[in-house]
Amino acid sequence: MYKYDSYDQAMVDARVEEFRDQVRRRLEGHITEDQFKPLRLMNGLYLQLHAYMLRVAVPYGTLNSAQMRMLGDIADKYDRGYGHFTTRQNIQYNWIKLEDAPDILADLAKVEMHAIQTSGNCIRNTTSDQYAGAVADEVVDPRPYAELIRQWSTFHPEFSFLPRKFKMAVIASDTDRAAMKLHDIGIQIVRDAAGELGAAFYVGGGMGRTPMIAPCINPFVPIDRMITYAEACLRVYNRHGRRDNKYKARIKILVHELGKDEYTRQVEAEFAHLLTQQIEPPLAELERIKAQFAEPPFEVGIADTVDRSDPDFALWVDNNCLPHKQAGYIAATISLKPVGGIPGDASADQIRLMADLARDYSFDELRVTHAQNIVLPHVKKADLYALWQQLEAAGLGTANLDLVGDIIACPGLDYCSLANARSIPVAQKIGQRLAVKQQEIGELKLKISGCINACGHHHAGHIGILGVDKKGTENYQLLLGGCEGADTSLGQITGPGFDEDGIVDAVEKATQFYLSQREEGERFLDTYRRIGMPAFKEAIYG
Amino acid sequence: MKILTGNDLKSGAVTWWDGVQWSLHVEDAVDVGDHADTILAREQAARRVNAAYAIEAVKDADGVRPAHIKDRIRALGPTVRPDLTLKPADPGAGDWVI
Repeated sequence: MYKYDSYDQAMVDARVEEFRDQVRRRLEGHITEDQFKPLRLMNGLYLQLHAYMLRVAVPYGTLNSAQMRMLGDIADKYDRGYGHFTTRQNIQYNWIKLEDAPDILADLAKVEMHAIQTSGNCIRNTTSDQYAGAVADEVVDPRPYAELIRQWSTFHPEFSFLPRKFKMAVIASDTDRAAMKLHDIGIQIVRDAAGELGAAFYVGGGMGRTPMIAPCINPFVPIDRMITYAEACLRVYNRHGRRDNKYKARIKILVHELGKDEYTRQVEAEFAHLLTQQIEPPLAELERIKAQFAEPPFEVGIADTVDRSDPDFALWVDNNCLPHKQAGYIAATISLKPVGGIPGDASADQIRLMADLARDYSFDELRVTHAQNIVLPHVKKADLYALWQQLEAAGLGTANLDLVGDIIACPGLDYCSLANARSIPVAQKIGQRLAVKQQEIGELKLKISGCINACGHHHAGHIGILGVDKKGTENYQLLLGGCEGADTSLGQITGPGFDEDGIVDAVEKATQFYLSQREEGERFLDTYRRIGMPAFKEAIYG
Repeated sequence: MKILTGNDLKSGAVTWWDGVQWSLHVEDAVDVGDHADTILAREQAARRVNAAYAIEAVKDADGVRPAHIKDRIRALGPTVRPDLTLKPADPGAGDWVI
């Protein structure tokens, strides 16, 4: 995986000292909160319900064991012994003291990490496929291209004050595991008929209060012009984005209002101009980055089977493991969704254990998924049982990937100052209610947001739940039919909302109705798409 | 009643204006009547509180209770982590929030 060069390290170290001075000046009263707020947000430091919250960037969700161990140590040393993995493949700490923040950033810098651009109207952490480099269906490992974007977008002077925040995702397979079409810019690395690599650009997607699926504005930008094309996309947005209205400032509104064709025309014109400026990073830099994502030294000719004699282990393998491109290996997902637990939370001890397991069993690599789980991407099948036993002993062996218990939930009103309703208790109740049925139900992606900002991706849930404030009390809207991936769709609201217990009942009714109606091989989403909203609505409200 | 709340500048901890200083406990909060703006301006300028604001609350036999659930969660702590609230030994404390 990518290693900082001297420029990267110098930039991050300088930023730590800059922020240390800014914190000192704030604490000594030389700058006001209004002056300080944008400075701390540029370093990922929010003020939330109970304390300061620090959001740490995990570029394209990739970590090594030293980085993961440091995240666990920070949880113990500066927080309350846990961290929360997010839908942006990042980690958040909920109980940070302002006076500790510079020291935390200094500790992060020791392991080539930071919190830069995890807030603010800039290009945020670029996300990617959590199985990058491990699965056979990708045309190439997308992470070098995500890293190139990270380098291009970090401290980009022209794009530090965009009309609104800007999120990018990069994938390299038709199986979209990163919700790519629901980003401001989604890039799919593709090959043309001649075998040349290119980037398909999807621009203007997003969730939030106005969910939209990004249209493809260019199916093949030569890979050695990807950054130039991205720059053109951003320039047109930066020029015309609605700075007058926060709620209409995202690029999706611009693309929608201009129309895909006119937006694309302007991008292509800007692209043509930028080509004359030769802003594309030199190919040598991409090659330098790619060399750092070389395949691990996989063993060949090793056993390609798993001993399934332990039924609990076999269930976990069936649920949580994905075939690997290399014979004898498997990609294992560690669920951070134990029954009744808090989605995405992990204790400091669990974080350190996962670091040790990555070191011992996965070529030192981990991935954070946008579904708030952790992946060990390269596990030898012969080691899988020993790995699982250690996970199980630490409460990390839950076998529920993509089942109804594998719920995405934002922090909600328990932690977030923007939230209107709590998300976590609803996730816990649904998880407990349906735990015994989840294997029977099969794949069902349930996503909960505590407000319209949609950090819990409720628009993209097969079942989505949106928490709202209804005259001072929590109320929950139910959505059905959302989906991320190649067949991305947006969920539709079923009807009147529910209270906390009512939404749990409604979800149970929806799943019961699905079980009664499904045909051979159908997932919940398939059945919903076949029979439609009215039938489900009748089952839920009738 | 109208009470004042904010966060401690250094620690970020939720605090409540008790008439003299900032307390960690909502039951210490006092009615500020029409003086909210004056107190907030003075206290924030002195960096004794950060991001402070006035809210509605009621006072009854059980103490001071903010009108909105968000501020009740701020007053106690996350409902999903009773061990991290101000009353970790009181299993019923969360009922006060809801």
